[in-house]
Amino acid sequence: MIVSKNSRVFLQETGELSRFAARFWREWLKPRYEFREFIRQCFVIGYKSLPLTGLTAFIMGLVLTMQLHPSMIYYGVESLIPSMVGIAIVREVGPVLTALIFAGKIGSSIGAELGSMKVTEQIDAMEVSGTNPFKYLVVTRTAASMFMLPVLVIISDAISLYGSYLGNNIYERTTFILFFRKVFESLIVADIIPAVIKTFFFGFAVGIIGCFKGYFTDKGTEGVGRAANSAVVVSSVMIFILDLVVVQITDLLNLYN
Amino acid sequence: MKGKTDPDDRVIIIRDLCKSFGTNRVLDHFDLDLHRGENLAVLGKSGSGKSVLIKCIIGLIRPDAGSIRVLEQNIQGLNREELDQIRVKIGFLFQSNALYDSMTVRENLEFPLRRHSFRLAPAEVNNMVMEALRNVGLEHTVDMMPAELSGGMRKRIALARTLILKPEIILYDEPTTGLDPITSLEIINLINAIREKFGTSSLIITHDLKCVKLTADRIAMLIDGRCNITGDFEGLKSSSDERISPFFN
Repeated sequence: MIVSKNSRVFLQETGELSRFAARFWREWLKPRYEFREFIRQCFVIGYKSLPLTGLTAFIMGLVLTMQLHPSMIYYGVESLIPSMVGIAIVREVGPVLTALIFAGKIGSSIGAELGSMKVTEQIDAMEVSGTNPFKYLVVTRTAASMFMLPVLVIISDAISLYGSYLGNNIYERTTFILFFRKVFESLIVADIIPAVIKTFFFGFAVGIIGCFKGYFTDKGTEGVGRAANSAVVVSSVMIFILDLVVVQITDLLNLYN
Repeated sequence: MKGKTDPDDRVIIIRDLCKSFGTNRVLDHFDLDLHRGENLAVLGKSGSGKSVLIKCIIGLIRPDAGSIRVLEQNIQGLNREELDQIRVKIGFLFQSNALYDSMTVRENLEFPLRRHSFRLAPAEVNNMVMEALRNVGLEHTVDMMPAELSGGMRKRIALARTLILKPEIILYDEPTTGLDPITSLEIINLINAIREKFGTSSLIITHDLKCVKLTADRIAMLIDGRCNITGDFEGLKSSSDERISPFFN
C-alpha cells in the first residue's frame, strides 16, 4: 500500500515536472524577453560558481594523476598518464563532477530562493505588478544554468588538466607543452562534442528542477528547506541518468571508434 | 475618519462567487459591491476565505463560478495583457508585505513602475519613488534593504509600492496583523490619509476590530462562505445575531 502511494506521488511529480519543463520551452522564446535578468543570472550562476568548480576541478585533476601514477609505473606505461587523464577528464569526470558541484550550489540556491519568494508571497506580488513570474524567475534562471554550465565545464576541464600536469610533475619532470600535446593527441572531436552537449542538458536539469521545487514550495519555512534539499538530490540523480543516456547514445552511434 | 462615497458608482461588483479547495467550499455564492471612494472592511474568522476573496478579485486565484467586475471589466474574461492593464488600477497590500528581499527599497518601488511604464526617464522614476516614500514618511530608507527595516516600516514600504502606480482601488490583506498597537495605529492613519489624498476605494480584509472601527465606512461579514450581512460598525456591534456578536464581544 505504501509502495503504491509512493509510486503515485512519484508519477504525479514526474508529470508535473514534465509539464513545468514544457512550459519553459513554450515561454522562453515568447516576448517579453527578460534579457537584463538573464544576464544578471548568468553572472550569479556562472561567474560566482567559478571559484568552487575551479577548485574542485584542480584537486580532482591533481588527485587523479597522483592516484594513477603508481599503477601506471607498475605496468610501465607512465607515459600514457596525460592521455588517460585527458580522456577521463574531458569525457566524464569534468562534466559530471562540475555538474554535481553546480547542482549542490545552484540547485539548492534556486530552490531556496524561489521557495522563500513563494511562501512570502513575492511571486504573487510579481504577478500583480504586471510581471509574468514564470518568465522572470524560471526562464531566466533555467536558461542561465543551461548556458553557464557548459562554460564552467570547459574552464574546469582546463583547470583540471593543469592540476594533472602539476601532479605529474611531482613524480617526474614533464614540460607543459609536452604534457598538453600528449593530452590533445589522444582526444578526438567525438570526445569533446558529446561531453559539451550533455552539459547543456545537465544545466537545464539543474535549473528546471531547482525552479520547480522552489516554485511549488508549500508548508512555510520547513518547505523552503525541503525544496532546497530535494532540488539537489533530484538534480544530482538526474545528472547520472542523463549521463547514462548520453553514454548509451554515443555507444550506439559508435562515436569513440 | 470616514469619507464621501457614491453608492451608485460601484468599482467592484461580485456576484455568486464560488471557490472550493477539494471538498472545502470556501466561498459559496458570495456577493459584494465596493462603491467608489469607500473603505469597505470584510470581517471574518481566520481561514474563512477572506484572502481567497481578494486573490480572486486581483486574478491570482481562479474562482469556480460567479462573476467579478472590476472597473466595469469582467476579470475572468480578460487575457493576460488585459489583466495586467486592469492590475495597474488595483493596488494590493500583501499580508506578508511581499517586498523583494534581494532588492533595495528603491528597486522594490521601481519594479512595478518599470514593468508597466516602459518609457520613463530615470529622473522621473526617481521622483515617483521619492514621492511614494514621502507619502509614507520613509524617504530616508530609499537605499536600505528590506531586512534592515522594522515590521511597521516594511508595511509602509509595501504600501508605498502599492501607491506608486496611483491605483483607483486598493486591496488590503490583513494590514495590521502582527504589528504592535502603536504601529497598527500608524498604518490605520495611513490608510485613511491615502483615501483622503487620492480618493481611492479600499477593500480591507481584517479581523482587527480597531482597524475596522477606524477605517471602514461599511463592514461585510464573511460567514460560511457567504456575505449576507453588511452594515456600519455601530450597527453590527449592537446586533443580537449570534453569528455577528462573537466578533464584537
